[in-house]
Amino acid sequence: MKKKYLEEKIAKGILGALTAIIVLALFSLLGTIVWKGAPSISWEILSQVPKGGYYFGKEGGILNAIVGSAYLAIGAAILAVLISLPVALYMHTHLPCHPRFLEKIRLMLDVLWGVPPIVYGAFGFNLMLLVGWQSSLLAAIITVALLISPIMIRALDESLKHVNVGLTEAALSLGYFRGEIGYKFLLRQTMPGVATAFLLALGKGIGDTASVLFTAGYTDYIPESLAEPAATLPLAVFFQLSSPIPEVKGRAYAAALVLTVIILVISISSRLISRHLSKNRIQ
Amino acid sequence: MSTPAEQLIDEAIIQKDEAKGLHNLIYVKDLNLYYGKSQALKNIELNVRDKGITVLLGPSGCGKTTLLKTFNRLTDLYPDIRTKGSIYFQGENILDKNIDVYALRQKMGLLSQRPYPLPGTIADNIKYALKVRGITNKTEQADLTEHYLKKAAIWEEVKDRLKQPAGRLSIGQQQRLCLARGLSIEPRVILADEPTSALDPISSGKIEEQLMELRKEYSVVLVTHLLRQAKRLADYVVFMYYGEILEKGRPQVVFNEPKNAIFKEYLEVGH
Repeated sequence: MKKKYLEEKIAKGILGALTAIIVLALFSLLGTIVWKGAPSISWEILSQVPKGGYYFGKEGGILNAIVGSAYLAIGAAILAVLISLPVALYMHTHLPCHPRFLEKIRLMLDVLWGVPPIVYGAFGFNLMLLVGWQSSLLAAIITVALLISPIMIRALDESLKHVNVGLTEAALSLGYFRGEIGYKFLLRQTMPGVATAFLLALGKGIGDTASVLFTAGYTDYIPESLAEPAATLPLAVFFQLSSPIPEVKGRAYAAALVLTVIILVISISSRLISRHLSKNRIQ
Repeated sequence: MSTPAEQLIDEAIIQKDEAKGLHNLIYVKDLNLYYGKSQALKNIELNVRDKGITVLLGPSGCGKTTLLKTFNRLTDLYPDIRTKGSIYFQGENILDKNIDVYALRQKMGLLSQRPYPLPGTIADNIKYALKVRGITNKTEQADLTEHYLKKAAIWEEVKDRLKQPAGRLSIGQQQRLCLARGLSIEPRVILADEPTSALDPISSGKIEEQLMELRKEYSVVLVTHLLRQAKRLADYVVFMYYGEILEKGRPQVVFNEPKNAIFKEYLEVGH
């Protein structure tokens, strides 16, 4: 009998220790970013573009990357919504009659979700060359939109799964067409899901480095059109961290801190929004 | 004059019924329904009265709801379901793949087990149905909204809060709202699938009262497992058991002189 108690204690100890390691890792990561980034954070860093080149110039800040990342993430998330919403609604209005096909689509989306971002980057780069564009904000927006669309579709899909089939039956029995039911009723019923999916995709889009490495380019300036290259926060970290100049290195940590804070804000607000919207839902 | 499809139905039955002053609206002929590999409905033969309540009675899981859903082809939602046989309604075979199911569904108002108000306000719920009929004029919509809410006996309770979300109504009120919505499409038939099973006795009573009113104008098909409800409401009783119809007839006859042994037992246990 005693052996069982001992086993339980050991198992509990192992599980607790592993959990502690994960939590510790998370906090040491956040700690490092804050530790190294906080001293460099100042109004100048946040409000100025780099002066004298992002790699060598000691003056200036990371405004180019903040604005570039915001443009890129919001543009990509909007484009991804335009792609994902019709796909997700189609999956739940017309495809339930073809369950095998539906399952295959879900599998493919999950595979796409798992494809490393660098592959999307390479794909976007080739697409860019094919149509003869240069590194630009638009190329990056398209690449990131492709990257986050599978995530968004699956997130919408999961939230649409929770809409009761009774609602569809009620609408069908009034004589509504299946497609109409999608955008008239299912969409309204799943608004919290749409908000969550949007923010999830936004967070993924703003933090992704590899997919924009070739497509967005990098610049010291704030892009004024879609055809211009754009700086992004992840690349600001990537390019500036390897600099031998301490001020530039500091800018990299500042960029990392800003990026982390943005992602933290996005994920927390996505939770709050989805909780708030769920309250007003029927059922 | 009967259409070609109706001629396929046993003319003798129709003539016999009409001689008694009975008119039938839906004719189910040799209906078999398979759910995957298992058979859920076996050789169903049934005539549904025009004007009056046809009660589908039987224990849970015996195929009553499935039979009801074949009437407005909601069975299309389930790809595993295959049907054989025919259901004639207004000169068409409902099970024919080429019929306009959207038009069919507008002739069949559905009242489901639980109310499912559509997202939006109370007034919106009626408007959704009116829009399907092509009524877009605002004053006409408002007038008809009042008309149908009155018909479902819920107008007095909601007239001051038509702009509130339908989800805030009590479940009994929601069910009457769904009834009003179903009536707003001006159906020919009302398909009621255990419409009181989720309701308290008072709300159930209100729904039953409405059904008794509506039987004068509509053909009502009511699914229930409650023997007492069947006795209160039925103009025609169909007893189903594991996908088969074991007994059917006028309530005065079947309840007093049941022929089938299983039905007899069901009646005894139900008391």
